[in-house]
Amino acid sequence: MSENMLLRHRSVPNINRMDVYQADGGLTAFHKAVTSMQPVDVMNEVKTSGLRGRGGAGFPTGVKWSFIPNTIWPHYVVANADESEPGTFKDRELMESNPFQFLEGLMLAAYAVQANAAYIYLRGEFWQVAKILDQKIAELEHAGFLGDNLFSSTYSLRLYTHLGAGAYICGEESALLESLEGNLGQPRLRPPFPAVVGLYSKPTVINNVETLANVPLIIKNGAGWYRQFGTDKSPGLKIFSLSGRVNKPGNYELPLGTTFRQLIYEHGGGIIDDHPIKAIMSAGASSIIVPADDKALDCPMEYESTQQLLGAPLGSASVIILDDTVNMGWLVGKTTHFFKHESCGKCTPCREGTYWMDHIAHRLASGDGAPEDITLLKSVALQIQGKCLCPLGEFSTMAVVSGIDKFRADFEALVKRDTAV
Amino acid sequence: VNEILKKYPEEVQQILAKYPTAYRKSAVMPLLYLAQRNGNYITRQAIGDVADLTGLSLTDVDSVVGFYTLYHEEQEGRFRLQVCIDMPCALNGADAFLKSLCANVGIKVGETTPDGLFTIEEVTCLAGCHRAPMMQVQSELGIEYHENLTVESTMALMDDLRKQAQEEAK
Repeated sequence: MSENMLLRHRSVPNINRMDVYQADGGLTAFHKAVTSMQPVDVMNEVKTSGLRGRGGAGFPTGVKWSFIPNTIWPHYVVANADESEPGTFKDRELMESNPFQFLEGLMLAAYAVQANAAYIYLRGEFWQVAKILDQKIAELEHAGFLGDNLFSSTYSLRLYTHLGAGAYICGEESALLESLEGNLGQPRLRPPFPAVVGLYSKPTVINNVETLANVPLIIKNGAGWYRQFGTDKSPGLKIFSLSGRVNKPGNYELPLGTTFRQLIYEHGGGIIDDHPIKAIMSAGASSIIVPADDKALDCPMEYESTQQLLGAPLGSASVIILDDTVNMGWLVGKTTHFFKHESCGKCTPCREGTYWMDHIAHRLASGDGAPEDITLLKSVALQIQGKCLCPLGEFSTMAVVSGIDKFRADFEALVKRDTAV
Repeated sequence: VNEILKKYPEEVQQILAKYPTAYRKSAVMPLLYLAQRNGNYITRQAIGDVADLTGLSLTDVDSVVGFYTLYHEEQEGRFRLQVCIDMPCALNGADAFLKSLCANVGIKVGETTPDGLFTIEEVTCLAGCHRAPMMQVQSELGIEYHENLTVESTMALMDDLRKQAQEEAK
């Protein structure tokens, strides 16, 4: 299958223009939904399609929507456009180049739960993207796709962008809501879940940008059509962000179930200078480091398989490739630096633990480490695990523990040496 | 006098209109960006103005400024060159790029050029991993991405920005 359905701008030039998007069948799904479908029909179609959240957790989208209670009003929908995981850059391309498909998906989600206002929370660095979206939203308002009493119905909808200001943690949905409410971006204790107590304490659906970009396709073509792509448990298409030591890094839209080998060698052009591949991180800096043996390379990239076969999450499918030029001790120093910087400071094990992990990892990478530092580093990581409110604490330990377990020799090599990498 | 309201009356109203009237505090982040338009940093006066507009306390606004990395309380370079040195970029030469850039410009990371125009900073992932080395340039007018960089192309960009600043000064 060569046609891009999410990265549609690669097949249809100027799809970022509203007239081109409409000429290619865009906005018919939203019109159809508002004029001839009950909200629950939209919800059920998405449920039947088997679409799973593309932000990382892989939770069934239609099921998430159905948790919104009809006894508490108003409802809100929030698009999570805080894409910040090292190795992930798919939502940015979608919003920059195929903005209307994402916006239509957001509008359909809002209709399905009868929200009259939806917010797009973008990471602050996406300043230019927010400008593009503001302009597209104004065009949709002007053309009567947003506003009051749409298509002479009783349904009204408005979309708003909101820029963050540089905090990875705001991609965690409860921290995102805190940030959007004007507070520090720190995660909330759950339950209650956002579906019941969300934005402004009202029922709120939060979906990733790519998840939403799938929705117009499902409503327009039907759940049955959608299920022909991907696998039974992970239907549909997925954008894989490929980076690291490959010849052709970039976004690749492929069916779920494609193997790592296909992604790296058929699409990504193989390893730089034909070096041997050493390891894979399947879900950005938050994933374990998986040795790239045949079992890993032939593993289908879908939510269950990577977890069962490799013990690694698929996450948002930000696949980072490591070759034999990479020392895993150095790499772990990069991940601990990231998480130390991004810990929100709420939970002590994460706030203090990421500091100490980074301190020890830096000591090792700069050639000042002692042999016992390797064990010490791992023990700090293990003391963080299971003790934090949100997954960031857990994520910060993944590369550390797996790196030491699978590539201890790399760390030992750092100790023996007396100069920095 | 609320300087922000006086200077940007329309923008303030547009921002406040995005959120339910009972939740004006949601406007704190966009209002802080507005405050930062004045020299790429936020003054004590501006913190008071934002508190006034949102109904938040000075301490609350101050906490928000301190929590997020894109708000600055100190006046540094007019253009902040924020280079990503996170793992995916570093796998493709970001560390070496930054080192070499600093050597060419003649300042260290965190420092500002003597003309007050450029500050070089290290930042974490910017979602440009496939186009490393890359950076964003933050100025009082917003943020722009620059990708697939070389030291030469970055020095050329800095020349352009310098000329632009000189034009504006005339």
